[in-house]
Amino acid sequence: MIRAFFLLGTALAVGTSAMAQEQPHAAHTMPAPQSPQEQPAHDMSAMDVEKAASQDRAKDSAAQSGEMSAMDHAAMGHGTMAMDSAIPETAPPPEAFENPGFAADAFVGADVMAASRAEVIGEIRGPKVFWVQGDRLEYRARQGEDGYLFDLQGYYGGDLNKLWFKAEGEGAFGEDIESAELQALYSRAIAPFFDVQLGVKQDLTGPERTHLAVGIQGLVPYEFEVDAAAFLSTKGDLTARIEGELDQRITQRLILQPRAELSLAAQDIPELGVGAGLDSVELGVRLRYEFAREFAPYIGVDQEWKLGGSADFARLAGEDPSVTNYVVGIRFWF
Amino acid sequence: MSALSRRSFLSSSTGAVAATGLLTAMPAWARGAVSGTVARKGSDVLSGEHLTMSVADTLFTTGSRRGPGVAVNGTIPGPLVRLKEGQNLVVDLVNNSTHGTSIHWHGLLVPFLMDGVPGVSMAAVEPGETYRYEFPIRQSGTYWWHAHTLQEPLGHYGPLIIDPVEPEPHQYDRDYVVMLSDWSEMSPHEIMKKLKVADGYFNYNQTTWTDDYDMSGEDRRMWARMRMMPTDISDVSGATYTFLVNGHGPEDGLEYLFRPGERVRLRFINGSAMTYFNVRIPGTAMTVIQADGQNVQPVETDEFQIGVAETYDVIVEPTALAHAIVAESTDRSGMGVAMLTSRPGAKAPVPALRKPPLLTMADMGMGGMDHSAHGGGDTMGGDMSGEAAMAGGAMTMRDTSRLPETVKVGPGLDMVSANPVDRMDYPGLGLEDVGHRVLDYSQLVSHKPHAEVRQPTRLKTLHLTGNMHRYMWSFDGEKFSAVTEPIRFAYNERVRVKLVNDTMMAHPIHLHGHFFELVNGAAPDRQPKKHTLTVQPGSSAQFDLTADERGDWAFHCHLFYHMHNGMFQVVTVRPLAGGGAK
Repeated sequence: MIRAFFLLGTALAVGTSAMAQEQPHAAHTMPAPQSPQEQPAHDMSAMDVEKAASQDRAKDSAAQSGEMSAMDHAAMGHGTMAMDSAIPETAPPPEAFENPGFAADAFVGADVMAASRAEVIGEIRGPKVFWVQGDRLEYRARQGEDGYLFDLQGYYGGDLNKLWFKAEGEGAFGEDIESAELQALYSRAIAPFFDVQLGVKQDLTGPERTHLAVGIQGLVPYEFEVDAAAFLSTKGDLTARIEGELDQRITQRLILQPRAELSLAAQDIPELGVGAGLDSVELGVRLRYEFAREFAPYIGVDQEWKLGGSADFARLAGEDPSVTNYVVGIRFWF
Repeated sequence: MSALSRRSFLSSSTGAVAATGLLTAMPAWARGAVSGTVARKGSDVLSGEHLTMSVADTLFTTGSRRGPGVAVNGTIPGPLVRLKEGQNLVVDLVNNSTHGTSIHWHGLLVPFLMDGVPGVSMAAVEPGETYRYEFPIRQSGTYWWHAHTLQEPLGHYGPLIIDPVEPEPHQYDRDYVVMLSDWSEMSPHEIMKKLKVADGYFNYNQTTWTDDYDMSGEDRRMWARMRMMPTDISDVSGATYTFLVNGHGPEDGLEYLFRPGERVRLRFINGSAMTYFNVRIPGTAMTVIQADGQNVQPVETDEFQIGVAETYDVIVEPTALAHAIVAESTDRSGMGVAMLTSRPGAKAPVPALRKPPLLTMADMGMGGMDHSAHGGGDTMGGDMSGEAAMAGGAMTMRDTSRLPETVKVGPGLDMVSANPVDRMDYPGLGLEDVGHRVLDYSQLVSHKPHAEVRQPTRLKTLHLTGNMHRYMWSFDGEKFSAVTEPIRFAYNERVRVKLVNDTMMAHPIHLHGHFFELVNGAAPDRQPKKHTLTVQPGSSAQFDLTADERGDWAFHCHLFYHMHNGMFQVVTVRPLAGGGAK
């Protein structure tokens, strides 16, 4: 497990810097790659996560209140309001704590009010949401047999706790499906923009395997959506994957989405054609038109490279380790 | 005068009544309707000591949009309730709809049991049930009423006017209600889901490669780095909302008639679920005489921003043949329009929507950190503000060490205002430099001195918190669902409440059952009384409260989907003994 987290951390770090380089330099409106000195450490995603996870509630309140009141004075726009510094921030007087706890109980009936309160609390907790997204459902034109790819995800849950599923697969027309997998994950919000996810991944094509999956999904600074995960299979194989996407609005409805995906492996897995180290890299760019937020057809191009040992395995199998796909597809959610 | 004004109010709706009358005359099978009736637009008038208000599911159409609604006594908005100060009121609320209902009397001083908030002062009135409200009318002014359930955004709201015992301080010849609201053919549940899963779902004013916003590349990168939108003005926009004036969409041609030379009182009520409006009547000045039902010293202005649930009464003396009454949504995604006209059918030109505004340094809670902190701040296109934001550690958007221990830090809090300044003198987003006069809170002065001038004995600070991306909202980092401890006041206690907005949105904060006095620079006995207060983005605001109404009271953001996603609390005033029930 420790190794898995280490790998995940590496994947995240590699992925973020890779994505920063991948950013097109096209337009003035785009966040250009940041030079190191412009990138404050406290804004790094990993730091965000760490900070939230180890939220220290014990604060030096004395120092803090001093700072706050100093700021208040600086901020005062009106002379008369300066007098609020003379008003102490103290606890309510004792009579404010007198019973009853709920004023209406005695008049309306405690049971009636309890039920009503429970109902309102249920409403205001926010709705449980069921959401399904087909992020990529596409036809892939390329040298040799044309192929297809599907990439779906969805969840059910509230603000902090959700059940996620992710399904992904691809293949070539006229052949058996090349790969397909399904993940079921428990997802918990740990920071304003990040969820940690824990669950299982099941490979649906041979050799079928079950993996323990651990990941982080969220939004890093500059609005990249990142999904990084490590997988430990029942055979003891450790792999990791990091995906990043960025929506660049050209107009209110025309959106360019660069996308990167890196796969890593801690060891050779010959039966899967995977070599240790950086296994594969996929870079793509898709241009979609949102007829509605929920429905957007797209076109794009997507380049895959198998690297290192994986490239050798591919060549041995008589495959090209580098493939360019011209894609057309739809993105939808409901 | 009163009779005339009522007739005028009614006549403004007559055309629509005739039109929708045709629809309702069709047999049910031909309409394909769920529940049969299409709501009439605009209001009838209910007066007297014993009223009946019946809630029913309905359909509503405006422009090309058609969808479910909830009508009270057959109209959207529901009836104008017109009362006299000092009278008693009995209202039988009959629920003929399929969902729980209630009426909250917004701004009225009532016994807490009559306040109409399910879960706080009553249980929701279930379908088929009748509920009786009964209380004396202790005040005068312009108010409104609305459901405190999911029925509110569907149309369950209406105006409420209480004529004073004493003569009005101002003379006028006509008296009209201008009730602004927003209506969507999308159900409230659906809107809530869109907001939960897709940040910016309704925002079609976002920054793009091809926009013409005055922003440098550096500013754009800064916003992207923060993972926030400089155009995050209204969560729900004209993309789904039609903005209504007394239930009439812009295409309906609602008219308010006047004779040249007359003084016309317009009672603006923002009864919308989610929309702040910028209100103006091009070609004529408006004199503001009342805010939230309380008379203020007259202020002449050309435009004002009205927060959700606020009311402003103005007097105009129109000179032209016709003037447009324009209520533009603050994100500039649409407008409510009516005509103030001296001849039926005469129209004045309606100005085009103005360019959408952008959030500023001050809206990020860094108001004190640039050199224009006095009530505005440059837009991010300004010369040095971007750099100032980047300098040193000032760019930390979420320095939680700045928060007191009472604020719960977690995923539901995405920003902490580094230097939240008071912006009582801020006219509202997008109105900083429109080239004419715009009302702000610092201009409101109570018409008469009030007796309560005690210095508050303690300060109570509350943080308005949220996570725009997850669409979570809260007070002090805790949603109502997570809260067991109310905000406590001792009866008759005088407290200064400071609200600190740790979000980039304006929040109209409403306290039930009381008026509080804005700490806006006016003399202590002239601080204006209000029931709803906009706390500007990244800013703070203060009010003084005498907690002289016993019981439990809702305290919440009046943006409907903020309230329903957690920005809701309960205020208790104790001891209860000595008249709590009535």
